[in-house]
Amino acid sequence: MSTAGAGHNYLEHGKGLMSWLTTLDHKRIGLMYGIFIAFFFLLGGIAALLIRLELFGVGEMFTGAEYNKLMTYHGAIMVFMVIVPGIPAILGNFFLPLHIGAKDVAFPRLNLLSWYVFMAGSIMAVCTLLLGGVDTGWTFYTPYSIGTSGGVVLMVLAVFILGMSSILTGLNFIATVHKLRAPGMTMNRIPLFVWSIYSTAILQVLATPVLGITVLLLAMEKVFGIGFFDPALGGDPILFQHFFWFYSHPAVYIMILPAMGIISELITTYSRKTIFGYTAIAYSSLAIAGVSFFVWGHHMFVSGQSAIAGILFSLITMLVGVPTAIKLFNWLFTMYKGSVQLQSPMLYAIGFMFLFTIGGVTGIMLAVIGLDVHFHDTYFVVAHFHYVMVGGTLMAIAGGMLHWWPKMFGKMFSEYWARISYLFIFIGFNVTFFPQFILGSMGMPRRYHTYLPEYESLNQISTVGSWLIGTGFLVLLGVFIHSLMYGKKASENPWHSKTLEWQTTSPPFHENFEETPVVTAGPYEYR
Amino acid sequence: MIFHSLPARANTFMPPQGTEVASQFDTLYAFLLIASLISFIILIGGLFLFVMKYKRKSIDDKTAYITHNTFLEFLWSFIPFVIFMVVAVWGIVIYNNMKATSEDAVEIHVIGKKWQWDFLYKNGKTVTNTTDTSGNIVYSTMIVPEKTPIKLIMTSREQSDSVKPVIHSFFIPAFRIKQDVVPGKYSSLYFTADKKGEFQVFCTEYCGDAHSKMLAKVRVVSKEEYDQWLIKETEALMNLANLSPAELGKLVYQQNQCSGCHTINGSPLVGPSFKGLLGSDRKFADGATQKADENYIRASILNPNGQVVEGFQSGVMPVYKGVLTDEQISQVIEFIKSLN
Amino acid sequence: MSTGKIIRKDGHYAHHFESAEQEYTSSKQGVWLFLSTEILMFGGLFVAFFIYKGMYPEIFHKGAESLSWVYGAINTAVLLTSSLTMALGIHYIQKGKNSAALTQLIITVLCGAIFMGIKYIEYSHKFHLGLYPGQMFSGETGGVENLPLYFSFYYMMTGLHGIHVLLGMGLITWVAIRTARGDFGPKYYTPVEGVGLFWHVVDLIWIYLFPLLYLVE
Repeated sequence: MSTAGAGHNYLEHGKGLMSWLTTLDHKRIGLMYGIFIAFFFLLGGIAALLIRLELFGVGEMFTGAEYNKLMTYHGAIMVFMVIVPGIPAILGNFFLPLHIGAKDVAFPRLNLLSWYVFMAGSIMAVCTLLLGGVDTGWTFYTPYSIGTSGGVVLMVLAVFILGMSSILTGLNFIATVHKLRAPGMTMNRIPLFVWSIYSTAILQVLATPVLGITVLLLAMEKVFGIGFFDPALGGDPILFQHFFWFYSHPAVYIMILPAMGIISELITTYSRKTIFGYTAIAYSSLAIAGVSFFVWGHHMFVSGQSAIAGILFSLITMLVGVPTAIKLFNWLFTMYKGSVQLQSPMLYAIGFMFLFTIGGVTGIMLAVIGLDVHFHDTYFVVAHFHYVMVGGTLMAIAGGMLHWWPKMFGKMFSEYWARISYLFIFIGFNVTFFPQFILGSMGMPRRYHTYLPEYESLNQISTVGSWLIGTGFLVLLGVFIHSLMYGKKASENPWHSKTLEWQTTSPPFHENFEETPVVTAGPYEYR
Repeated sequence: MIFHSLPARANTFMPPQGTEVASQFDTLYAFLLIASLISFIILIGGLFLFVMKYKRKSIDDKTAYITHNTFLEFLWSFIPFVIFMVVAVWGIVIYNNMKATSEDAVEIHVIGKKWQWDFLYKNGKTVTNTTDTSGNIVYSTMIVPEKTPIKLIMTSREQSDSVKPVIHSFFIPAFRIKQDVVPGKYSSLYFTADKKGEFQVFCTEYCGDAHSKMLAKVRVVSKEEYDQWLIKETEALMNLANLSPAELGKLVYQQNQCSGCHTINGSPLVGPSFKGLLGSDRKFADGATQKADENYIRASILNPNGQVVEGFQSGVMPVYKGVLTDEQISQVIEFIKSLN
Repeated sequence: MSTGKIIRKDGHYAHHFESAEQEYTSSKQGVWLFLSTEILMFGGLFVAFFIYKGMYPEIFHKGAESLSWVYGAINTAVLLTSSLTMALGIHYIQKGKNSAALTQLIITVLCGAIFMGIKYIEYSHKFHLGLYPGQMFSGETGGVENLPLYFSFYYMMTGLHGIHVLLGMGLITWVAIRTARGDFGPKYYTPVEGVGLFWHVVDLIWIYLFPLLYLVE
């Protein structure tokens, strides 16, 4: 029963497939998410490579219709099935309870249910391929999505269900952080990763229901023609955009906040120094979460919303830049007078700061309403959000996975090959996406499957870069598989970190700690 | 790679400046590029400095215990905040200039449809996509006078009710302006072109299969040239009333991309040539034969895949039912007759 | 299974909690968070409602005329009663009077059924008149353009609410069965309370729907 955990690590606690499919252990659920999110990442990545291949030249390898499906699946899979669930569902599930000294999340059954709901939604999303595919783009803008054929209804229902999974996960984490902290673990002592997951969870719970009702209305629109978004029936297609971005802008922070949390952990650990400005970083996460509800209109500067609305949204959007700048400078000064070790996770963290800074300053340019009129829906936007989502979130996932790998599996990985993967991904990323800023400045619109000849050379550079990124992720996958098969046994705390998860065995017990820890100091007491 | 942040280089990566707003835009953009480059150097330069200076020497390194510094944290909140607000307000000023219009602006209607831009002038002239003799699309060109305020009144609509109009977006990179074109409502776009020349137009709101081919041009000409063109077009429109049905049929033939597949010189392309068509014997893929009379041509236009002539593919030609009026079909028949 | 309930001296609770009190407050917080997502989801519909009411006040005026406020008022009364019986049910369980609680829970489910029955009558009457949503509308518009949009709102809002009523009836039946089995008592009644909160929120949404759809001027 409950005490059987001590002595057994969680991987050996119960054997066989059924013990995984019925597990209520947050660590196992995290790993199950990991396997499938990695698989969907592969699918989305293949779509990305095919997109870049099409754009290698002016000529047409795919028809417009085929290309549009590729870009829709790339976007929808990467957003709804990889980056939004990514960090909370894998690393959050695994480490949130460990970080706060709990035995599990507040509602383990609900946690398992979230995984099944996620799987159901994902399978539905992939099944839309059998109905002829979806070509609306991941944003499902009306009235295009009303008029087009294919599996749009199934796809938006899949998004509804994936949203439910996201809500349940967020709800679980909020209750866990509120109620299950170990004795002495005050809110001012929880690691910054927990703060970021907590802020994210608030966004998941508060924003996702609006996406839910929006896609539900779209489905009803397609099935019954209710007319909410159809100008032919008196509806307003722009209202859909307002509803959609009311969720999807906070969703951008659902994607990036947890990544920022990982970076905070990596930088302190590999600098062996307490975080600079704990309070500022913790509350800046909450600030970003709060402001994110009032900036959705910056996606719609040229949609025909009133000039006053546009101006207000532009000014409010600027406010997001402040907490972001705070985080960047606080990370920087965490290294000041530290003891910086360039382990591969730290390399990924530094890469994150490099790329995220570029993503951030270009974000400011896009928030300036007069500039956005030109940049809107060009490759400038594509480059900007890839710098944030890939250069930010995916770099953080990769760094976080490496950092916590020894804890998750009790095995070390090849540092040499991890660094090789970093080089490929970092260089490849810049080669792929930096030219897209220039293409966007030149005016090349996004979602084009063919383009004017003057854009060709920069597109070719970009496509070559995509091959480097692909190679980098394959090498990283190789590092993980090699470690599982041949990795040396990891010690309890190979990186000499101070947070709680490193104070138990690697891999952790079924119930995480031999006995409930009593916390007497903050998370980063490197003295 | 050299950052294209240097202002001189910045302009080389921008489209030509066709308006006053475009040069204002480029100034702000250059300012932001420089400001971004400086912040980037401070941050990433500091990063590299600290990484090298405080490189780990041994696992027992003692590090400083610094929890925070309120003054520094205030600085790097407040300074960015001030910069952000300055550029935001600067951007709002430019945005207002983009929206500036005058009472006597030249008004042109823009109609976005899948997948082309039509321009409708006050005198009744409609500019639309056409096809050249070898079947390539000639994108429509909007002709505007230079140094004159222009107001575009834009909407999205389709020729036939069976197609649902979708949102497009009208983008002229050289003028740095863009506006969504929404079905069921009118949106406006304002500009005053400073320079003569031809500038690219894109559709920037995803609208389906041929989104990337929904292109057009803006040609800025002198006021005199514009006035002459208007007069000429008005006369042409008046002459249209005097044209014979066959001549009108030729216009229909040119404006509906028929020439992409059907030549008028007797050599078959994707479809049979129109020359000598009327009165000839047609042999169909299913073996049946028929003499090509007026009814046959009408049926072939309205339902092209009903009976396909031997040697040609079925399903290639679009259905023109609901696209061409009965009057236009009669004109096309007269045009084909005139080729015999 | 390691998270199975274990009997400890202070009651039932899952292995990862330190006390029954901790489990109770956590669960209650979870339920409240879930209910806030429900309210936000309906919130989206309400926002759309007010936007369109601002755009086309006449269709909401005309549309409301075709609804019977009597049916709406009866349904409001029925749901308010059910909220009271639900609260009483929880009250009796807290006092350890399980059979009294069971009666109250059964009355609550019956109220839900009456509510759905009346909705069925209302819906079938409208279907008969061709008052379908949006595109499918085949009734009389009385010269009001876009009138079908009103019925889109009517069916979406009452439909989504109706689904919640059905869900609530299912959940109450479930806790009623468990009450009959004796699973609950003064020390452990979290599921009943959670379901009760859900039911109150469903009622609350109806309290807003009724004037907005039936009594709109």
